[in-house]
Amino acid sequence: MNLARPLGLVLALVSAAATAADTVKIGCVAPLTGPQAHLGKDIENGARLAIDEINAARPTLAGKPVRFELVVEDDQADPRTATIVGQKLVDAGVKGVVGHLNSGASIPASKIYSDAGVPQMSPASTAILYTRQGFKTTYRVMANDAQQGKALGGAAVKIGKRVAVVDDRTAYGQGLADEVAKAVVAAGGEVVGREFTTDKSTDFTAILTSLKAKRPDVVVYGGMDPQAAPMVRQMRQLGIKAAFMGGDGMQSTEFIKLAGNVAEGVTGSSPGLPLEKMPGGGAFTQKFNARFGKIQIYAPFAYDAAQVLVAAMRKADSAEPARYLPELAKVSLDGVIGPIAFDAYGDLEDGPVTLYQVKGGQWVPVETVGGK
Amino acid sequence: MDIFLQQLLNGLVLGSLYALVALGYTMVYGILELINFAHGEVVMIGAMVALTVLGVLAGTPLPPAAMLAIAAAVAIPACMATGFTIERVAYRPLRRAPRLAPLITAIGVSIVLQNVAMIVWGRQYVSFPPLIDVHIHEVAGATITNVQIAIVALAALIMAGLLLLVRRTRLGRAMRATAQNREVAELMGVDVNRVISATFVIGSALAAVAGMMVAAYYGLAHYAMGFMLGLKAFTAAVLGGIGNIPGAMLGGLLLGIIESLGAGYIGDLTGGFLGSHYQDIFAFLVLILVLVFRPSGLLGERIADRA
Repeated sequence: MNLARPLGLVLALVSAAATAADTVKIGCVAPLTGPQAHLGKDIENGARLAIDEINAARPTLAGKPVRFELVVEDDQADPRTATIVGQKLVDAGVKGVVGHLNSGASIPASKIYSDAGVPQMSPASTAILYTRQGFKTTYRVMANDAQQGKALGGAAVKIGKRVAVVDDRTAYGQGLADEVAKAVVAAGGEVVGREFTTDKSTDFTAILTSLKAKRPDVVVYGGMDPQAAPMVRQMRQLGIKAAFMGGDGMQSTEFIKLAGNVAEGVTGSSPGLPLEKMPGGGAFTQKFNARFGKIQIYAPFAYDAAQVLVAAMRKADSAEPARYLPELAKVSLDGVIGPIAFDAYGDLEDGPVTLYQVKGGQWVPVETVGGK
Repeated sequence: MDIFLQQLLNGLVLGSLYALVALGYTMVYGILELINFAHGEVVMIGAMVALTVLGVLAGTPLPPAAMLAIAAAVAIPACMATGFTIERVAYRPLRRAPRLAPLITAIGVSIVLQNVAMIVWGRQYVSFPPLIDVHIHEVAGATITNVQIAIVALAALIMAGLLLLVRRTRLGRAMRATAQNREVAELMGVDVNRVISATFVIGSALAAVAGMMVAAYYGLAHYAMGFMLGLKAFTAAVLGGIGNIPGAMLGGLLLGIIESLGAGYIGDLTGGFLGSHYQDIFAFLVLILVLVFRPSGLLGERIADRA
């Protein structure tokens, strides 16, 4: 305690010297360690590219020159760490946050940002709940699971009217499956079977056998790849010829690896456009590759997330969240990922969802649903 | 009707796997009155070692059958060594301790093995290479694959072999004697330590085979796969009468069928109130019912037969 005060004073002096040209801090938070570190780094790099480009153009707010600074934190894809680093960002005085990656991190941290009035722009979280908590600060530049469920349900009915829906009873799986079921009915199809499993099961023969009796044309699964792969294998072994579909939890290379030869023809959806279909995709890829190397998934989304925050600040001519938050709600601009505008919840208006199909052991984009 | 038959077949395959693992629990319990909770993890190690070997062999021009044989030839001794080590390190020093002590070490060993496997093989699911050509056979409207037939047949063969071993050989007689009364068996010249080691080694060999079957059937393996499987197999052993070898086989098959029929029909029978994700509760419902109404299991803890 004795040391803290003089030390704080020195720090304050140092930072005061550095902030001669007004500094606006933007937080960026994602898992930078652990199994998803490569995806988290992708987000950091995307946001950094945006901030550096903005700074290079010598931006001004309210007639004064400003410099944007990216403050990066690691949430380890962990809900508890997410709240800790979220608080750290707020304490550091960030004016906006790009993050988090996982819905499970975005949701608990969103309360902290909301309490501090700091806008949060997630480049990756798709859970519907994230923007439905009644907070004014939650936004995302990614399609959500409702939009994904709608795309999957619509595509399922195009294959056949009799659809069976299975989910793993997790927040993600159940949320997605419920949206699929709604969309199937809305598109004129019929949900002939609704079965459940857990996110730790490997044996699905019992539920698949009951589904077989209901003669579905399509089976849609809300869950992750370790269940989807044995599920489709057991379906084929039971002689069920129905098509198999699922969300982004199974639209992974891991799924193809685990399912092997039965993966062929399976449809998986993923929010957002494939990189090569993004309006700004080509130019962005060139810029990004030159500086950071290969894009994983989220870099263009994180880039746009940072751009959108700054665009709203410019419109309001202020970096104060209370001033620029209303402008954020009215944003309408063309990003790398496509046109960006938000609905009343802070979700991407008409967020695009891409359907992929496994062809020759690869996910091949076949159709994009939504988007403008 | 064909759906009912299909559920029975599903249950039969699942039950054969449970039975094979349940034997490991029941043999150890018969001799030591110890519940070896680490047994499920031995199954997992069998699966993981076999998949690692198959991964190494993947590029070679060997026929698939030879690859599987080599994988088994590595996985079975690896599990035997694991079982032997577990007994020597974690159970033998506690043999004269209160019964609760080895039970707690057993849980400890289970956690240690899971974590070691996580460090060695990682957190991801490991996939089974596409070596086996799966053929689907139609039986009265139900389907069964060659893999499923092989699992049921192989499990039946192994169980028959085990019964012969216990009932007809010198080692089997020593095992039965040790199970009946360890002190007296020792007085009669039975090397009790050797018999107990042999029990662990044989149980672990069965676990290795079960692990390979599970990996081949579901197409994947995971460091935590042994935990639930172990609990189910333990339930099967209790259902049949723990310590009783034919009881473990019967218990395994019954449990598989109960689970299959339960999960298959619960949704329709309760009008959607309870869904099929309650599949796992059937096993434990059975465990509770057996413990309350017939603690000695269906076939009882027949002393003369336990080994």
